[in-house]
Amino acid sequence: MSLGLPATYGAQTRLIRRPADRWALVALIAGAFVVVPQIATDYWFSAILIPFLVLGLVGLGLNLLTGYAGQLSIGSAAFMAIGAFATYNFELRVPGLPLLVSLGLGGLTAAAAGVVFGLPSLRIKGFYLIVSTLAAQFFVTWALTKFGWFSNHDASGVISAPRLVVAGLDFGSPAGRYQLTLAIVVVLTLAAAQLVRGDVGRRWIAVRDLDTAAAVIGIPIGRTKLLAFAVSSFYCGVGGALWAFAYLGTVEPHGFDLTRSFQILFIIIIGGMGSIAGAYVGAAFIVLLPLAIDHVAGALFAGATDPSNLQNLQKILFGVLIIFFLVKEPDGLVRLWRDARARLRRWPLDT
Amino acid sequence: MLRSIAPLIALTAAAAAAGCEAKTSSAANKAEATSPAVAEGKSPAAAEAPRAPGREQYFPLQSYRVGPYAAGGSGFFGGFIDYLQLVNLRDGGVGGVKLTWSECETEYVVEKGVECYERLKGGKDGAPPAAFNPLSVGIAYALIERATADKNPIITINHGRTDSTDGRVFPYIFPLQLNPYSEIAAIVAYIGQHGGGEASLAGKKIVALYHGSPYGKETIPILDLYARKHGFEITHLEVPHPGNEQQSQWLTIRRLKPDWVILRGWGVMNPVAIKTAKRTGFPVDHIIGNIWSNAEEDVIPAGDAAKGFLAITTHPSGTDFPVLQAIQQHVIAAGKGDLQDPKRFGSVYYNLGVVNGILNVEALRVAQQKFGQRPLTGEEVRWGFEHLDLDDARLQALGALGLLQRIELSCADHEGGGAVKFQQWDGQKWNLISDWVTPDRALLRPIIEESAARYAAEKGITIRDCEAEAKAEAP
Amino acid sequence: MAFFVEVLVAGLLAGVMYSMVALGFVLIYKASGVFNFAQGSLVLFAALTFVSLVERGLGFWAALGVTLAVMIAIGVAVERAVLRPLVNRPPMTLFLATLGLSYVLEGVAQIAWGAQVHGLELGITDVPFEIHGVFVSRFDLVAAATAATLVATLSALFKWTRAGLALRAVADDPLAALAVGIDLRRLWALVWAIAGVVALIAGLLWGARVGVQFSLSLIVLRALPVLIIGGFSSVTGTIVGGLLVGASEKLAEVYVGPLVGGGIENWFPYGLALVFLLIRPTGLFGEPAIERV
Repeated sequence: MSLGLPATYGAQTRLIRRPADRWALVALIAGAFVVVPQIATDYWFSAILIPFLVLGLVGLGLNLLTGYAGQLSIGSAAFMAIGAFATYNFELRVPGLPLLVSLGLGGLTAAAAGVVFGLPSLRIKGFYLIVSTLAAQFFVTWALTKFGWFSNHDASGVISAPRLVVAGLDFGSPAGRYQLTLAIVVVLTLAAAQLVRGDVGRRWIAVRDLDTAAAVIGIPIGRTKLLAFAVSSFYCGVGGALWAFAYLGTVEPHGFDLTRSFQILFIIIIGGMGSIAGAYVGAAFIVLLPLAIDHVAGALFAGATDPSNLQNLQKILFGVLIIFFLVKEPDGLVRLWRDARARLRRWPLDT
Repeated sequence: MLRSIAPLIALTAAAAAAGCEAKTSSAANKAEATSPAVAEGKSPAAAEAPRAPGREQYFPLQSYRVGPYAAGGSGFFGGFIDYLQLVNLRDGGVGGVKLTWSECETEYVVEKGVECYERLKGGKDGAPPAAFNPLSVGIAYALIERATADKNPIITINHGRTDSTDGRVFPYIFPLQLNPYSEIAAIVAYIGQHGGGEASLAGKKIVALYHGSPYGKETIPILDLYARKHGFEITHLEVPHPGNEQQSQWLTIRRLKPDWVILRGWGVMNPVAIKTAKRTGFPVDHIIGNIWSNAEEDVIPAGDAAKGFLAITTHPSGTDFPVLQAIQQHVIAAGKGDLQDPKRFGSVYYNLGVVNGILNVEALRVAQQKFGQRPLTGEEVRWGFEHLDLDDARLQALGALGLLQRIELSCADHEGGGAVKFQQWDGQKWNLISDWVTPDRALLRPIIEESAARYAAEKGITIRDCEAEAKAEAP
Repeated sequence: MAFFVEVLVAGLLAGVMYSMVALGFVLIYKASGVFNFAQGSLVLFAALTFVSLVERGLGFWAALGVTLAVMIAIGVAVERAVLRPLVNRPPMTLFLATLGLSYVLEGVAQIAWGAQVHGLELGITDVPFEIHGVFVSRFDLVAAATAATLVATLSALFKWTRAGLALRAVADDPLAALAVGIDLRRLWALVWAIAGVVALIAGLLWGARVGVQFSLSLIVLRALPVLIIGGFSSVTGTIVGGLLVGASEKLAEVYVGPLVGGGIENWFPYGLALVFLLIRPTGLFGEPAIERV
């Protein structure tokens, strides 16, 4: 029986080592693409799956920056906004640009902004760094609302989705939007996984753990940090564009406010910082939990309590759960799962 | 590390299993929603009317009773629900069809509003949804395309996208009673009247203090237009959201020394504006609040500073209307009132909810006259709205004469009224100080149509031909 | 010129109001290294409790006393339920725990006292009076005086009492403080209770200024730049930072604002804080971080 140790160098450097896991992943992705559209309803697409995927992608971006590279950021929503508005403007003003190219360019714009707001990280460390991303958060929301050019001089400053057509196929239906989002998310996630496994990822982890020591052994701190900001903002930007176009359909700059940034931060804390899957686990939690509480409470307390009390109870429960998770498992749900798996593997040898 | 995708599978599997019940509405959702959908939508706790499944009309309520705007939300939805209760208890429903409803908390957040829409659009226990009333600009915007595709009317009473007044481009969106441009037209007209006539506007200085959001910015172009037309000087000052600190804006106002300040606020911005005005010495009775700066919740926190504050309203506050007395008698006295604080009965937001209820129910009635006395689909209810015509006689019969303005909608006009009255706060309550002031809709209509046409071009929407539709319907 | 002075004075006084909120942060950070995001919710909770008690017929001082007791109780409860299990965790975790705490507090406040808006009258008429052609707000002056008293009291507390000394020791190194025999748990409970009292005072003053409603908890966003400029752990820094932020914010909005269309008040203080941090990465009066490999 194989101990799971790779036999060749090639096997060592594969993204997923165990063949069983590889097949599981392929099956999962294939199932997500093919099976889910058959069985899921419009409600599931529009209200659960698409936000889950998009929030997971943005969470992934923040995880790269905060979890892997250790740079605190509370401005992820600002980069989402930049991505959304940039994509919209590229689509609008450059005729004939394919949707995916617009998305990419929107992401690159967000990345550029990320580098600009990441420059202070070269001098400021620790908790004080949040000022830079907070400034980004408020400045970006203001700028996008103030200058009508960004929203094509719409009287209300709202932008709405262009038609989602890729290679002649219309992805406008809920199932289509889901599949488009899924495709983009899968590609970007695999790219991120490759990135963190390689040189760049190791440098990020070194900078996170102790950047003075990293500098001592020759890692270029400035470039590493800025690259983290750039990549993270790219992901956030693409996520923001998908949020605006594949999920909501229209968006105003206030939809990307500080509350959203906190939500993304919650996703990676609850899911697990410093892990790719953690972003998605956290996103699932954040999307599903309020709905679950709603349905459960509705079933249990139907008619017995005032709806506003129910909402407040849900808020309290959410806060308590956050504290509970932080107390019990600060490394997030992903760590809980890994520990459980490890224990299952050792059982019954584990006494 | 990607092995940890496994918890993801587990989570999705569990969620999918739990969501199996929502699957049964999939067939109906995927098909056209033109026939009463036999679907099962689960709903959270709600105040429920006695039910007869299959013979009910459903009102999904995307309410907000939590969060920064909860005070307004609880008042509005309280009034709305109480009116629906009245119709059920006193009249046995509309044409024998009882009304049912359920609430879904949105906290005024856009994606929650969207999620609530998706969750509730399938109907409840066989009762199809009549119309959606989110009372939120952001949520309404996000739902425009969805609702139009699903053929569900979205009612944005006293607010919304100005160009959605043009029903030829926005068939399913209804900014009932008042759109933002009409507000401004009325306020400018009042300022003119106050000075002795429209000509008095020339040379005046007006400041528009607006909330830093799409809602606040919406009326900048029309104010500039009026400034050019009438010859007054307009300065736009933005108050960044949420607006709990306005010293700099009011000190600037003090320097400018305008004759009037138009307040386009929302939430906490309103009482802070009034208090800061007093603190910087600007006379409060020269501040005119717009339709979302006109409630008790906006002036009470400002205390004494708010005495003399002016605002527009599409309906008076107070309880002397027969319909409110009926609600008091049949609903509240019977212990079925929705308000937690009975003192709010008759407040501005509560009465707005009642007015909204009246409009929704009357649209239902009109639609039933054409389609039959049964639960109706969204498309049929939309027809009802477009043929709504409440004249004085009907308002009298409803017990709402004086509460509601005369309102007549049509295929091309989804606003219907556009008139406002002016009221002044005396420290205890609002007092009406004017009669109905109607905007110059002829001036506004071309602007609205142009904006709507631009939207239609951008989205590839064919503009409806109202005359052709009317001819096709005529017997 | 008079207008400039007017804006400056208004800004300075507003800045003092921000400092009062920031003071709560500083206290808790100084003693336990926790960046307490729930301070805004504490301010809201205190104001709501006070106002609701007054509306139910309790007199001013009785309501004040009861609210004081409630805030102290909350402080102690938070220490036991949230801080103790999370001792010695990284600052990010603690920050997020306080974020969760703020949700809990907001939910409880709304269940207990409802979502209505309330006015708060402290008996200070807000009619401005004039000095040499410059309008000054009477209310703001009273608030500034209160803040000054508060800061003086707290500074004295930190410097000259045993509790203050213990607090500074704990801020420096909790484990070492434990080794020396300082009871961390009681100290943290004390600090959170004091922060609750500060929140009450800030809540009363801000509530009288803007009315008591849910958005009161958003005041914290205006206090953050104050904290950042002044340094997270310095009471003096809070005051200086507050004055700086208040004045510059107002002056920028009035003079620079019109050039870019206005509304810059939200992000200007953060931009300013950023510039300050580039010069002094741990705030004007904050403790410089010493890194060892």
